[in-house]
Formats: sequence, C-alpha cells, structure tokens
Amino acid sequence: MKTGMLAFIIRRALQAIGVLLTVGIIAFAMFRFAGDPVNQIVSLDTPAAEREQVRLSLGLDDPVPVQFARYLFRAAQGDFGVSYQFRQPVSDLLAERVPATMELALCATIFATVFGVLMGVYSGLKRDSILAKVFQTVSLVGISLPTFLIGILLIYLFSVTLGWLPSYGRGDTVRIGWWTTGFLTLSGWTALIMPSITLGLFQMTLIMRIVRAEMLEVLRTDYIKFARARGLTTRAIHFGHALKNTLVPVITIVGLQFGSVIAFAIITETVFQWPGMGLLFVQAVQNVDIPIMAAYLMLVALIFVVINLAVDILYTVVDPRLRTTIRQPA
Amino acid sequence: MKTRTALLAAAGAALLASTAFPAMAVTLRYANQGDLKSLDPYTVNETTTNAHLGHVYEGLTKRGKDLKIEPGLAEKWEISEDGLTWRVFLRKNVKFHNGNPFTADDVIFSATRVRAPGSNFQTRVPSGAEFVKVDDYTIDVKLKSPNPILNYQWDTWYILDKEWAEANNAVAPTPAAATTPSYSALNANGTGPFKIESHQPGVKTVFKVNKDWWGKPEHNLDEIVFTPIGSDATRVAALLSGEVDVIEPVPLQDIQRVNSSANAQVMSGPELRTIFLGFDQTRDELLFSNVKGKNPFKDPKVREAFFKAIDIETIKSRVMRGLATPSALMIAPELFVFAKDFERPKYDPEGAKKLLADAGYANGFEVGMDCPNDRYVNDEAICQAVVSMLARVGVKVNLMAQPKAQYFGKVLKSGNYNTSFYLLGWTPGTFDSHNVLFDIEGCRDNAQSSRGESNLGNYCNKKHDELTDKILVEGDKAKRDQMIKEAFQETVKDYGYIPLHQQALAWGVSKKVKLNQRADNSVLLYWARKE
Repeated sequence: MKTGMLAFIIRRALQAIGVLLTVGIIAFAMFRFAGDPVNQIVSLDTPAAEREQVRLSLGLDDPVPVQFARYLFRAAQGDFGVSYQFRQPVSDLLAERVPATMELALCATIFATVFGVLMGVYSGLKRDSILAKVFQTVSLVGISLPTFLIGILLIYLFSVTLGWLPSYGRGDTVRIGWWTTGFLTLSGWTALIMPSITLGLFQMTLIMRIVRAEMLEVLRTDYIKFARARGLTTRAIHFGHALKNTLVPVITIVGLQFGSVIAFAIITETVFQWPGMGLLFVQAVQNVDIPIMAAYLMLVALIFVVINLAVDILYTVVDPRLRTTIRQPA
Repeated sequence: MKTRTALLAAAGAALLASTAFPAMAVTLRYANQGDLKSLDPYTVNETTTNAHLGHVYEGLTKRGKDLKIEPGLAEKWEISEDGLTWRVFLRKNVKFHNGNPFTADDVIFSATRVRAPGSNFQTRVPSGAEFVKVDDYTIDVKLKSPNPILNYQWDTWYILDKEWAEANNAVAPTPAAATTPSYSALNANGTGPFKIESHQPGVKTVFKVNKDWWGKPEHNLDEIVFTPIGSDATRVAALLSGEVDVIEPVPLQDIQRVNSSANAQVMSGPELRTIFLGFDQTRDELLFSNVKGKNPFKDPKVREAFFKAIDIETIKSRVMRGLATPSALMIAPELFVFAKDFERPKYDPEGAKKLLADAGYANGFEVGMDCPNDRYVNDEAICQAVVSMLARVGVKVNLMAQPKAQYFGKVLKSGNYNTSFYLLGWTPGTFDSHNVLFDIEGCRDNAQSSRGESNLGNYCNKKHDELTDKILVEGDKAKRDQMIKEAFQETVKDYGYIPLHQQALAWGVSKKVKLNQRADNSVLLYWARKE
C-alpha cells in the first residue's frame, strides 16, 4: 500500500512537471501576439536607436525557443525575472499580491459553500415552497449573468446609491510577517463583502443545485425509508443521514473549484480594483509585461495541479475501492 | 445652580474645542486610470508619471497654470550674445527631503545622469552641452550650437540629490528595461512640495506635505493618496460615492451622469494632443490596397480628396459628444501663436469625388486603415466614422482596429511602418512646434538622423525641412514664429496630413475640491484646495 501510494505521487509529480512545461510553451508561443513590449515601456517619441537598446537588453531579439530556454533556466533557480512595468522582481510582486487573492478566494468559497448548502437543503426539502422557487430563480441569475456585470450592479447599489460599502480596494490592511491581511480591520471586512459575493455567486448556485439534486435523490433511497420506519425524527433523518451523504460531491466540487475561483478572480479583481494577482495579470497583459504573465500562468497551473493531486489523494483515503486501481494502473 | 451651568458651559466649550482644535488633516484622494510605475524620474517619459513625480521632484524651471515657463530651482538665467552659453543662477536655501542642501553639484550630477544610457529623457539636455560649475549656486551651460528652446523641457527634467544617489547605488538611471531591481524606482528624494510617504507599485502611493518646502504653498493639503483604478465604471463609482475626490479620466459616456450628481462635476477643456490621419507616401505600391503598381497617396489630389471627404463636425458631435476641438494644424493652438491664421478646408464630398476622378480614381479604390482601439478617446469610433465618410466618395476602407500593444508594434519603425493609412495622436514633448516639424513632418531619408521617425507615412518636403533646421537655431522669437508658420503652410499646401481634432480633457472632481486644469493633462494637486 505505502509503495503504491509513493509511486502514485511520484508519477503525478512528473505529470505535473509535464503540465507546467506545456503551459510554459503555449504561453511563450502566444506572447508574441500580445504585442511589442518595447512600445509599452518607452514613450512614443523615443528615438529608434534607444528602442533598439531596450530590445537588446531584454533579450527580445533572440528566437522564442531561446527566450523560453533562458526563462526555464532562470526559473529553475528561482529567478522569475524583473517586471517590465514596475522594475521589481516578479517573485516579490506576486508574493505581495498573493494574500489579497487568497483571502478573497477563501471568503468567496466560504460564502458559496455556506449559502449554497443552506439554500440547496431548503429547496430540496421544500421544493414547492415559494422561497425555494425564489432560490431557483436567483441561481439562474447567478449562473447566467456575467461576473463583471454583477460586480458593477453591486457597486452602484451599495456604494453609489446607498453608500454602505466601499467600491474599490482592500481597505486598511495589517501586516503579519510577509502576509498582509484585511481580516483585522473593519474597513478590511467591509471591502471584502462585495468582491466575495461577486466571485462566489457562481459557485454558490452550482453548490445549491448539486445539494438540491442530491437531497432529492437521497430522500428516495431505501435507508431513508427505513429510517422513517424506525421512527426517527425528521430532523435526524434530514440532517443526520440525508445531508451527510449529499456532502461528498459538494466537497469534491468545492475543492476542485477552488483553483477556478483563484483563476477567475481576474475579473472580480479588475472590477473592484482588488490588489491581487489577477489584477496584476490583467495590467501585465495590457502592458505586454511578459515576466509577470509567464510567472502568473505557471503559478495558476501549479495551483491547479496541486489541488487536483490533493483531491486525488483524499479520494483514496475516503474511498477504499480506488486504492486497488492505484496499485495496478490500467 | 449657577456653578452647575457654568460647569456645563465650560464642559461644552471644552468639547467643542477638543473637536475643533486638532485641525483635521486634509487628505485628497486621487484615482487615475494608469499606474505610477517607477519613482525614478528618468525612466518613463509619460505625462501622468511626470505629473505624479512633479509633486516630489522639481526641475530648474516650472510650467505655470497656463504652461508658461517660470523659475523653479533656477531663479533666473542669462543667454550670452552668441547664444552658446547659458548662465543659470540657482535658488539658495533649498533642501532635499533628506535634509541635504541643493547646490550646483546636484544639477551637474543630474545633467550627467539624465543623458546616461537607460534614461528615457536624454533629449532634455543636448548631448554636446557641457555643464560647468561657476560657484555653488551658479552654472554655465556651454552649447555646441545655439538652442533657443534649451530650457523648454527643463520643467520635467527633475533634479536629484548627488549624495543620496551615490549612497544608494542609484547613480545610473533605472532603465525602462530594467533587468535588476533598482532603489530609485521605489524611493524618492526630491525638493518638491510633497514627500513620498509610502509607495506600493500598482496599488497605492501616499504623498505627505513637505513642511520645509522653499515656496509658498497654494494648496491646503496635508496628504495625497493616489490609487490606480483601471476599470472605468469603478473609477466613476468611487467618485460618485465620495470615496475619491479627483479622477482622471472620466469616460465620455459618464460625463453627463457625473455632472448631474450632487457631489461631483467634470472639468473639461481641449487637450494639447492632436489626433490626425496619415498616409503612406513613400512606397511605390501600397501594402494594403487594390491599386497595384502605383501609390495613390503620392498624388496630392487624392490626399486633398480624403481631407475634404471628412466631415469633422459630425465626428465632433456624434462620436465625441461635443468634447473635441477640430484642428486645422498639426499642433494645438495653445502652443503656436499663429495657429489661428490657419483654417480647415470645408467639408466637400462632391469636390472630393471630383478630385478623385481627376486623379484617375473615378470609381474609387480600396485601402486598409490601421487604428488603435484603446489609446485615444473613442479612437476606434473615429476610424469607423472616417470609413463611412470615405465610402460616400467611393473609397472602400478596410479597417483594422487593434489594442495599442499590437497597433504600435505594427505601424512604428520597429514594425517597419507596416501601414498604408492610419490614425495617430501627438503631443510635442517640448510644447514647441519644432518637435512636430522634425518628428512628424520631417523627411525620413537619412538613416543616421532621427528626423521623421514618427512620420509613419514619410511625408516629405525639402523646403519644409530646410526651414525646420533654421528654426532650431533661430534665437529671435518673431522671426522664428514666422518661419514656423511658413513650414506649416508647406504641409497644409501638400495635404501631408489630415489633422482631425484635439480631444477634450475630462477630469472628475468632487465639489469640495478646487483644482486647476492644465492643458497638457497633468493633474497637479499642489494647486488643489479642499474644503
């Protein structure tokens, strides 16, 4: 069992390297369509000779494979280059932005899970009630409206019209070591509300729909009928037996979607000027800041790989049937 | 009883006093579409960055509210008879933010640094100019040839502290293409009215008032908090909800809404930038056209026809919602005294058709047009309007509108001027006509010279270029202006370009804030007063 698990992890780690390399190759192949970085770096009236100097010093004259190889060589040593826009090491810039994105993604996920499960259970149990129908409609809206539109609508309602919540930024943050947190100030909390709702709304509707469907499914099963026959309270049946069994797919979804939440934070961060990695990436695309784009894409790929790996390993812990297939790969 | 009321009154007074006395610090919050990318004043020559840094750093000269040159760190300057030596008298008792005194050594150091490799401001000081220290507060600038506009760009040639730069390994300017991190990109030490309190690139920058500033402040601020907000809707929302006091720019479609709101309004006026159309006049066959074997744009009649086919008033009212000033010239009237003597040819589609027929294109022709879609106000919409106007005179224009990153990569020299017909905007960095005559209208025939590098279509007129060379060294202002006028007349006569308009500045300003709007779009908050 132990050796099987180890081999599995090593195999997955090798696959992960393959994925990262592929992402890197695709990214570098596409960068030349993003435009010429030199024009973004210098002003329009810069003499051509000076532009050429800039191009040479950035190594942009070399063929793309050479640039890619050089990038890999440096990245392997932990050097992700210096941002064209900010003249700072990319690793520092990303590290500065990670806390903002992570706190936002965490809040959005918690929001989505709590409300998704509550609404799902309710509309599963009382599917004919008016409130359940309202939830269904809300979930349709959440799934069909684009994120940026929801964000802008929230801003106009709660910032401009009512003046309750801030329209942009993270509020005041507190620095703990290298991590900056908005959890310790009131303005930090109020700044989190709208971005978290905007980012989490899609996951929330997803979770709600899954929980509802699972509840309806589980409530029809034999063991629930038996539980009823045994005379257990409705409360014990619904929450002790039915809900517990619906949660397995929910955990999977929440886990797997966490990567998407981080990646899709790009749009939410742009709308709310949330100083996270996604905003940094969008600005990098506009300015053809290749070092930031490359590092961000690799980082997101890495996050996805790690989350998938973790979910796979958790599966084997939860579900004994999977262990045999791991030992004997098909 | 009496003592009681007295006590109460005293307590009340004390309460009032305690709320009124510790004077509330006045903080002005400002959001711009763009970032403050580097604090090193020699890295990026861009209006927004220069304006930001103008709060912290100062040049030998300043530009006033009307763009007039005023004394800055130099109190006065004298030019020798032959025009080859400028004697500059420096301001005394000026201190940098770190307490170091400002002296001639700092100016000489800055003159070297600004011309060093990696500086984007090399043209601020002529390469042959020699800076000689006369005493601690006097400098002689010795020139190879007379240069009447030597100090025109000194307002944004910011002076650094020599000792500070040497102590922090910042003697070399931070190049635009920095491959190693730089101290001066994250820290600043100027002589200006504000100091940088904290700077997080792309997130937030806090400026604190410099109490030891040599001048008399016109503002009443203690602090400026700058945040970049890239999303238009969010930036406007932040202004309307009162979370920021000043935004730049306000998108055209939101101007009405900002003006009708209770707590903010839009300040607008013509910007110095001129938006224009240019033609490829150099290739023997256009890259993007169905006319083979010849280049229709080499014929001035075709260029004149294009000019007359464009209904600038419709572009102004429909595309720009009234917020544009049609131009007759390639330079803003604010920057050239005789600009008012020029007039746009009238919109005349029939005349245009006739001209095209005379030139041999009675049935029109097809041509590709390049246009940015995220660089100037409504740039793509202007191009679409031009396309439909030209269609009316029989010319089929195939529009290629792309983001600036791709657009500039295609049409500039680095992309080998890969265009036949394009839209571009230009503000002369020197605020002087020579820049337009040289960079935009000069012939590109000498590969060694940088003349005409931004003349994407290579419009060329020898007489015009001879005048340009004379203008560079002419010291007599009246004569010089006359020559500039003649040079512009050449371009107008040739229909070398189609100037369209000056776009409007649009700043969103809280009603609590009084601000001065300068036509170069520099948001300078050292003139701001907030209630």
